[in-house]
Amino acid sequence: MHIIVPIKQVPDPESGAATIDPETGTLRREGASIVNPFDMNAIEEALRIKERIPDVTTTVITMGPPQADKALRLALAMGIDNAYLICDAAFAGSDTWATGYSLSSAIRYIGNFDLVICGKQAIDGDTAQVGPGIAAMLGIPHISSVRKIEEIGNDKIVVERLMEDGYDVLSMDIPCLITVVKEINEPRLESLKGKLRAKKAEIPTLKADDLNLSRDDIGQNGSPTKVIRIFTPPKREGGEILKGEVEEVVPALAQKLLELKIF
Amino acid sequence: MGIKILETCTGCSVCIDACPFSAISLCNEKAEIDLNTCTLCGACVEVCPVEAIQMDKQEALITSEKPFSNGIWVFGEQRHGRLAGVVIELIGEGLKLKEKLNEPLSVVLVGYNTDKLVEELQHYGLDSIYVIDDPLLEEFQDEPYAECLEKIVKELKPSIILAGATTIGRSFMSRVAAKIRTGLTADCTGLNITDEGLLEQTRPAFGGNIMATIICRNYRPQMATVRPKVMKPATRRDSLSGEIIRIKHEFSRENIHTDFKSFVAEIMDTVNITEADIIVSGGRGIGCPENFKVIEELAREIGAAVGASRAAVDAGWIPYSHQVGQTGKTVCPKLYIACGISGAIQHLAGMSSSDVIVAINKDPDAPIFNVATIGIVGDLFQVVPALVKELKRCRS
Repeated sequence: MHIIVPIKQVPDPESGAATIDPETGTLRREGASIVNPFDMNAIEEALRIKERIPDVTTTVITMGPPQADKALRLALAMGIDNAYLICDAAFAGSDTWATGYSLSSAIRYIGNFDLVICGKQAIDGDTAQVGPGIAAMLGIPHISSVRKIEEIGNDKIVVERLMEDGYDVLSMDIPCLITVVKEINEPRLESLKGKLRAKKAEIPTLKADDLNLSRDDIGQNGSPTKVIRIFTPPKREGGEILKGEVEEVVPALAQKLLELKIF
Repeated sequence: MGIKILETCTGCSVCIDACPFSAISLCNEKAEIDLNTCTLCGACVEVCPVEAIQMDKQEALITSEKPFSNGIWVFGEQRHGRLAGVVIELIGEGLKLKEKLNEPLSVVLVGYNTDKLVEELQHYGLDSIYVIDDPLLEEFQDEPYAECLEKIVKELKPSIILAGATTIGRSFMSRVAAKIRTGLTADCTGLNITDEGLLEQTRPAFGGNIMATIICRNYRPQMATVRPKVMKPATRRDSLSGEIIRIKHEFSRENIHTDFKSFVAEIMDTVNITEADIIVSGGRGIGCPENFKVIEELAREIGAAVGASRAAVDAGWIPYSHQVGQTGKTVCPKLYIACGISGAIQHLAGMSSSDVIVAINKDPDAPIFNVATIGIVGDLFQVVPALVKELKRCRS
């Protein structure tokens, strides 16, 4: 079985938020990058399947600038077998359609896949659209928000899908795609041996021409949607702090809540 | 490549200030664009005083005859015989868009044994209700849902489709948009129609630090998922309206590769947090799973759903389905009461658009107080039970 895990490098929210420069109105993305947290769960799940059933090969791919190579090396250090960097200026400005198209083309190029595992969504874009889009473009079924793989064999997978009111159990034919939520596992740390291997690993770069992609289908040209404006939302102001003993503040709070007339 | 700077550039740096993505710098007194950072948004092209920036214009796929103008559609998400609350909110928003766009508003209902839901939908001032009713559609599965929506979109050509940004909406709408090849904007919190008749879609990104307004100029339909609890629900009327149009779709079994087995209800309370008007959440300050009882009691008293911070979920005190935040759910209730939650960025991203935020925390410097409408610095184990008692007293 060959498992492919598409991942994304995202700005670390703990190292400073993305802001708009008040003077120039431009987007500032400061601080470190991390592998998207949900993608860490996707990597971990691929590794667990490899430990669970025989003859599993795992491949991680990412589309991004040359420095996204760091995200791939982390996956290799965790135990993933192969990595590809999909990197070309022609991919710049891709929306979710163009991203899904480019990634699905890369997956076809790598070939022989049985299972694609994506994180539910990236925490910067927050769309949750690329995984299902890849599945549609590959012509395979998908299930989103998977919180557990109950069974997996060579031609079928049984999963639990997290819903707003509980979970659904579904089976699905392989080849297929799942997107996973963080409940599915606790990602492992890199091993020392893995780190050494990852450091030395040669990571092939796939360019748009390697994938035979027309410029009309990728990057900004291939993207149906276009960002026309970005702005900072009105900042939420801290309000009133009720001070004093519990006997004083609680009745004041209760009064304020009742005045809202919500309940 | 899509964008270039011509020799006529005077190095005036107007474009550098206009670029939202800091992708332009000055090199040898000419502007230079970093193509890895540039998203080809075109902001620089518009401001250049000497027209020295050139961008390849995408060929319009939509011709002047406007083939997709058959109305605004709302996906009528239903589950276990109940319409999702967001459907009525989308109808409310759809009625506003309809006035500006002057096209009919319809709901597309996909499911099995849907007669009751169809009847309910007739109370909301719709022009029509498309119904696809089939045993295969009883439980949500991406392939059959996507297959029938794709089919009727291609036949009937609506200009706009809206769905809730729910697990179901986000999952299968992406499939439909990918197949049709059109734009889909996720988790919108604002919609508008421009003078040109385009759908302007505004959504938060980067955990709500940035808002982006997005359009889909050349592809149709324009599709968006909309965050629950943001739009105002439509008012229910006594009178009935809306032509019921039943569509028969023959599924071929070999196109369906999933099989629904069972549903397991798991939420501790009956209200799910993305649809709740009131949420009471507990964080690290709760201390242990048993202590969530304190939160639950307050929730019961005021009819709230129970939420949690990542810290409480990671500690295993409460299931993941209750988690609010960047790696959990984004919520937008009328009232959010945060108990023992410090307010890490990742939590604030998931709840700071709530109407009223109440924070109860021991630490006066906790960041949660920066977004709280009302804050109480104190021990939640004293404050919350006292609040329950006081509310009971006031209301009896």
